[in-house]
Amino acid sequence: MSFSWAKPYEPKHPVMKWLDERLPLPRLAYGAIGGGYPVPRNLNYFWNFGVLAGVFLMIQIITGIVLAMHYYATADGAFNSVNQLIMRDVNAGWLLRYAHMNGASFFFIVVYIHIFRGLYYGSYKAPRELVWMLGLVIYLLMMATAFMGYVLPWGQMSYWGAQVITGFFSAFPVIGEPIRVWLLGGYAPDQAALTRFFSLHYLLPFVIAGVVILHIWSLHIPGSGNPTGVDVKDEKDTLPFHPYYTAKDGWFAGAFLLIYALVTFYVPNYLGHPDNYIPANALATPAHIVPEWYFWPFYAILRSCTFNLFWIDAKLWGVLAMFGSILLLFFLPWLDKSPVRSGNYRPLFKRFFWLLVIDVIILGYVGGAPIVWWRTALGQVAAAYYFLHFLVILPLVSAFETTDPLPNSISESVLSGDAAETPVAVAG
Amino acid sequence: MPPKRQLQLPAKGAGQDMLLRWFLGFVGAIFALALTFSLFSGLKTYFTNPPAPLAAEEFHKEPKELKLSSDGPFGKFDKAQLQRGLQVYTEVCSACHSLKLVSFRDLKALGYNDAEVKAFAGSGKQWKIEVPTINPDTGEASTRKALPSDTFPAPFPNEVAARAANNNALPPDLSLITKSREGSAAYVYSLLTGFQNQPADLLKKFPDAKTPPNLHYNPYFANLNLAMPPPLTTDGQVTYADGTKATVDQMAKDVSAFLVWTAQPDLERRHAAGLAVVFFLLIATILAYLAKQQIWHSDERPTVRETGALDPKNRAKTSRAKAKAKVAG
Repeated sequence: MSFSWAKPYEPKHPVMKWLDERLPLPRLAYGAIGGGYPVPRNLNYFWNFGVLAGVFLMIQIITGIVLAMHYYATADGAFNSVNQLIMRDVNAGWLLRYAHMNGASFFFIVVYIHIFRGLYYGSYKAPRELVWMLGLVIYLLMMATAFMGYVLPWGQMSYWGAQVITGFFSAFPVIGEPIRVWLLGGYAPDQAALTRFFSLHYLLPFVIAGVVILHIWSLHIPGSGNPTGVDVKDEKDTLPFHPYYTAKDGWFAGAFLLIYALVTFYVPNYLGHPDNYIPANALATPAHIVPEWYFWPFYAILRSCTFNLFWIDAKLWGVLAMFGSILLLFFLPWLDKSPVRSGNYRPLFKRFFWLLVIDVIILGYVGGAPIVWWRTALGQVAAAYYFLHFLVILPLVSAFETTDPLPNSISESVLSGDAAETPVAVAG
Repeated sequence: MPPKRQLQLPAKGAGQDMLLRWFLGFVGAIFALALTFSLFSGLKTYFTNPPAPLAAEEFHKEPKELKLSSDGPFGKFDKAQLQRGLQVYTEVCSACHSLKLVSFRDLKALGYNDAEVKAFAGSGKQWKIEVPTINPDTGEASTRKALPSDTFPAPFPNEVAARAANNNALPPDLSLITKSREGSAAYVYSLLTGFQNQPADLLKKFPDAKTPPNLHYNPYFANLNLAMPPPLTTDGQVTYADGTKATVDQMAKDVSAFLVWTAQPDLERRHAAGLAVVFFLLIATILAYLAKQQIWHSDERPTVRETGALDPKNRAKTSRAKAKAKVAG
C-alpha cells in the first residue's frame, strides 16, 4: 500500500480471481493486514497493542450483543435483569457478563499502553498527526461508551456516576443546567436517561469500529512507525505484515488473553466497585462516589480544582481542567516540534516522559481514593504538572534539547553490532 | 501503482505554530495557576482549621480473617456448610431480610433433590408468607404456597412496611450482600460476631459519640452504630440438622458461607471453566510462540540480514563489538 516494494495481491485460485475482478475485498485485506503491507522490521512488543485493542473491541461487541438480548433497559428491571436473569438463569450468562465487564477494563489497559507507546516514540508527529488525532477520537468515544455501559446495571455507582458526570454540564453558567436536563431527559437520572444510554451504548461501539478503520487507513499511508523513529528507506528495512507480524501479534494476544482470563474467571469483581451490587437508590448517596479505575486520573483533576479564581468558580475550573486535560492531547503534534521522533534518542524528553508516567499514576491513585487533605494536595501538584508537562515543558524541551545521533537506517540500528557508535534499540 | 512517497518532517517553527504554542503555554500556565491557588487555599484551610477527628475513623476495624472452602482458584462450596447456612438464614435472618434474587429451585445446588426443594418451598413451616396470585376461576386476588420456581418470599410487603417494623431502618436484601460489601464474607462474619459494648476509650475521646438508643455498637460497621440488633446471641440458637454444634461463631461462619453462594452461585462452574480456558490458552499461546519463532528464524525471511535486537546472532555480534571496543579502549 505505502511502499513501492509492497507485494501486489495475486490470486491463484480461480474463485479468488473471479471475486477479485468483481469485488476486490481480499485484495484490500491483503494490502491492509496481509503480505502486501510492509512493516518496519524492528518493532518491539509495544507495537502489539494496536492489534490487541482491535481484539478487545471485538470481544466487547460480541459479548455485548448477546448480553443485550437478555437485558431490560427499565429502571425497575435493569438491576434484576443483570444480577438475576443474566448472572443466574441465562446459560453462561455469568461468563458473558464478567467477560464484558472485565473486557472493558482490559480494553482500557491495552489502549493506555498503546497511547503511552505513542507518546514515548513520538507516534503523533508528522506525517502521522491524523493517526494520533483519530486515535484520540476513538479514546473519547470509548470513554463515553464505557461510562454509559457502567450506568446500565443500575446499581448505586451506576446511578450516582450518571448523576455526577451529567452534573459536569451544570457547571457552565446559564446554558449548563438546561443542557443537563435535556441530556438526561429529566431532572435526575431515571427511565429516560437509562433507555437513551442503552441505545447509545449499543450504537457507539460501531462508531468506534468506523473510526478504527479511518485510524488504520491513515496509518497505512505513511506506514507504521518504529522504535528508532527513523523513516523506512528501502525494502531491507521492512517485513511483510503477514506472516511476520501476524505471528508475533498472535502469540502475544494469546499471552495477554491469558491474563484477561485469569482475572475474568478468578477475580471477576476485583476491578469493580462493591457498591454497584446495591440497586440504584436516589435517596441514599454512597459514602465515596468513584468512577471506574480508568477514569481516576481525570476524576483527580476534576476534584483538584477547589478555588474560585477570577470570575470562574471551582466547579467550572474542575470541569474545564478535566476536559482540557484530554483535549490538549490533540495539539501534541504542534507542541512537540523536535524532529526526532523516538524517545530513545531524546535524553531530556525521556526523563520527562517517565515523570509524566509517574504523574498519571499518582493522579489515578488520588482519583480512586477517598479525599484526605494530603492526598488532595498531592493530586493538585500532580494535576498542575500534567498541564505544565504538555503545554510548557514539552515545547521547551523540544526547542532546546540536544538529541543523540540517529542511526542512518532501521537496518543499521538492527545490526548495531557492526556500527558500535549506536546502541541497540532494545524494547524500551 | 502508487507513486513512492517522500515522507519528511516539516521545517521547524513556522510562525503560526509558534503563536499556537505561546497560546497553549498560556492556557497551561492558567490551569497551573488555578491548581496552585487550590493547593494553597486547601493547605491554609487544613492548617488554620484542621478537621476534627472522627470516632468512625479511629475505631472502625477491618474485617476479621475468614477462611472458606470456596476461597482460592480451586475453591468449591462445602455443601454441608451451605445447608447449615440456609438453616441459619431460614430460622434467623429471614425474619427481616429478603433473598429476592434466589429461587427455591437453586437450592438443588446445595445437594437437595427435587422433592426436598418442593417440600421446602411449599412447607409453610419456614415461609409464613404466601405468594400472591389470582383465583383462576374468579380472578380475585388470592395467595398460594410457594413453588420451586418462586424466589424466596420477602418478609415485608414493601419498604415502608419494612421500615415501620424496624425503627425506620431498612434491612437490606441479602442475595448479593457478600458482593456488595468491601471484605465480602469476612465482613458479614465479622459483623455478626462483632457486636460489643462501646469501648471506654471511645467515650473518653468522643463524649458525643455515644451509641444512640435503638442502635447497636459494632466496630466492623462503617459508622460504628448499626440498627440491626445482634441476631446470633446464644449457642444452640439453631439446632443443626447434621448435629454440628451451633456456636455463635459456627452459625456466623455458616451463614456467611451460604451468602457467598447466594451472591455467586456461578463460583464452582466459573472456577472449573477458568481452568479449562487457562489451560487451552496456555497451550495455544505456546504453540503460537513456537510458530512465531519458526517464522522469524526461517531461511525464507526476506533479505540476508538478521533482524531483531534480541536475535541470538545479533546479540552475539553486539557482544563481540562491545568486547572489541573494550579491548581497544
